[in-house]
Amino acid sequence: MNKLPKWADLGLVPLINVALAFGISMLVILAIGGDPVEAIKVMVEGAVGSSYAWGYTLYFTTSFLFTGLSVTVAYHASQFNIGSEGQAQLGGLGVALVCLAVPWPHWALALPAAMIGAALFGLLWALIPAWLQAKRGSHIVITTIMFNYIASALLVYLLGGVLKPEGSSDPATARFGPGAHLPALNEVPGLGMLFANNTPVNISFFVAVLACVAVWFLLFRSRLGYEIRAYGKSESAAIYAGISPTKVIVIAMLISGGLAGMMAINNVMGESERLVLNSAEGAGFIGIAVALMGRNHPFGVFIAALLFGMLYQGGGELGLWTSIPIELRIVLQGLVILFTGALNGMSERAVIWVFAKLSAKQGAQA
Amino acid sequence: MSYLDLIALLDSTFRLGTPLLLACLAGLFSERAGIFDIGLEGKMLAAAMASATVAYFTGSAWVGLGAGIVASVLFALIHGVASITFRGNQLISGVALNFLASGLTVLAAQAIFHQGGRTEALRGAARFNAIELPFTAQIAPVPVIGPLYSTVLSGDSILSYIALLLVPLTWWVLYRTRFGLRLRAVGENPESVDTAGISVIRLRYCAVIITGVLCGLAGAYLATALQAGFGKEMTSGRGYIALAALIFAKWKPWNALGATMLFGFFQALSLRGDIVERVLHFQIPGPFLDALPYILTVIALAGFIGKSVAPKAGGQPYVKER
Repeated sequence: MNKLPKWADLGLVPLINVALAFGISMLVILAIGGDPVEAIKVMVEGAVGSSYAWGYTLYFTTSFLFTGLSVTVAYHASQFNIGSEGQAQLGGLGVALVCLAVPWPHWALALPAAMIGAALFGLLWALIPAWLQAKRGSHIVITTIMFNYIASALLVYLLGGVLKPEGSSDPATARFGPGAHLPALNEVPGLGMLFANNTPVNISFFVAVLACVAVWFLLFRSRLGYEIRAYGKSESAAIYAGISPTKVIVIAMLISGGLAGMMAINNVMGESERLVLNSAEGAGFIGIAVALMGRNHPFGVFIAALLFGMLYQGGGELGLWTSIPIELRIVLQGLVILFTGALNGMSERAVIWVFAKLSAKQGAQA
Repeated sequence: MSYLDLIALLDSTFRLGTPLLLACLAGLFSERAGIFDIGLEGKMLAAAMASATVAYFTGSAWVGLGAGIVASVLFALIHGVASITFRGNQLISGVALNFLASGLTVLAAQAIFHQGGRTEALRGAARFNAIELPFTAQIAPVPVIGPLYSTVLSGDSILSYIALLLVPLTWWVLYRTRFGLRLRAVGENPESVDTAGISVIRLRYCAVIITGVLCGLAGAYLATALQAGFGKEMTSGRGYIALAALIFAKWKPWNALGATMLFGFFQALSLRGDIVERVLHFQIPGPFLDALPYILTVIALAGFIGKSVAPKAGGQPYVKER
């Protein structure tokens, strides 16, 4: 079989996949009576057309970075974590508990504490499915999905009762104190000009970028990462090499859950500044698309998260300014997962075929 | 708990277990042929939406059912193309199709009905209505068995009875026909099937299409029998619970009946919080009841199934040797 040059494999094929997903989404818009050209205009304008747009796009990017990395780490251990959504919801609970527990004097103290709380709750939520997979062979895809449902029920219960401030009818916690307020990027000197006022992108964006680097180091430069990847590639070879499957599965899932939980410093601490129902808003699921599109490499995840940040923000504007329902985002997300994750072989074969034709032609000319 | 409470619970169990049973049998055909299918959920959702829409416009639940099956088979074929022809990752393909169905159904329902992603409520012949089994009136007064027959078994839609009949039929197809033998073989050891000169690809596509048809039945049941119309995300995880039931049933048809009715019972418990409270003598918070089927599913998966061995070639694309 012909091997593709690296640029085609890493650049061209994913690009074709995304283009296919986009093309079909446009057909869907056409089918429901919308105007695809106008839709693209609204989306692009809404996602990157102004400092206001960027303030939202990068905010969503931050969330997707965390969940994308979460899915990536699990994926390298050949665990398909569909539970990032629930783990992110629980991370929100962790953040809320930390932020409400003490009157924080300054965000620089509150942030590390909130990160620990978020990661702790997220990883605890991943622990049971991980342990069940490792010890009892209970299918992790099913258990993590069940835990998503359980997480949302748990939050409905907590936010409707114990955590709700007295006299409030809103199913949400009290507002966090001023000391727990994370600086938005428009409040940061020097960056303020780049982002419009009242846009939610905040300093947790930098935490997410650091997490990207950290995950890269973990996976590709550390002993643990080597064990995770070795196990993911071949269970039997890993066992032969003395790697414990239980250890790898549980640790990879804990890191994965912790990363998903950390997302809450962005949406809960950085944006809403209180915990509301369904705080993750599907970001955990988008993490699957982001990880697949980023080829499960932290730097790929960064690019994919940025793209999905634009899609999400642009799609939201679509729901605001056109008659196209916001659910188009889910369609697009499904299509991206389908083409980049499951039908990759199709576009790859097509590209290989074209390359073979081209080189045959060159050979004939020479 | 009084006997009447038990009867009420069992009645809900049968009603809620039916879509699980249909979806579980759907998954059984696919997984027995070596194709994992996380996408039962999406296929059911697509079928629910298509059947409710077509039933509304034609006024016939049967035509709606046909449309539901078509929609579900289309999704099944995409899964087939991705996982059989292009040897893609079957889990990923299934998840992708679930998202696709989740979004597309709402978009389509909104474009057609403008009701925030729901379809118009179905009435009369556009729904599969309850039918009374023969001799219900005569058997009803018999103690113990009477209510069991007249309330639990009788008075459900035709699709419920089709689902029940599909259990022995699936067993017969799987264990007593040549097709079934080949289907099982292709999920355990596709090389041997190939060596015998039988097309692995064609067998797997057959299995995937059967899965589509059965998911179509399940989705149509949800929208045109259990409820009167399609609602956003109305499957609420049933496709995944059916998969859990399939593992619980060790991929066997009769076990699938037992497992899905058990999971149906879990759902009935969450629906009939009043009975649960009467038995336990304290109030259970609503969200906990909602989560109960999912919690019990995890416990069931983790706990008492003993060793449940999946079909050996499951999840692996078949590459023909040259």
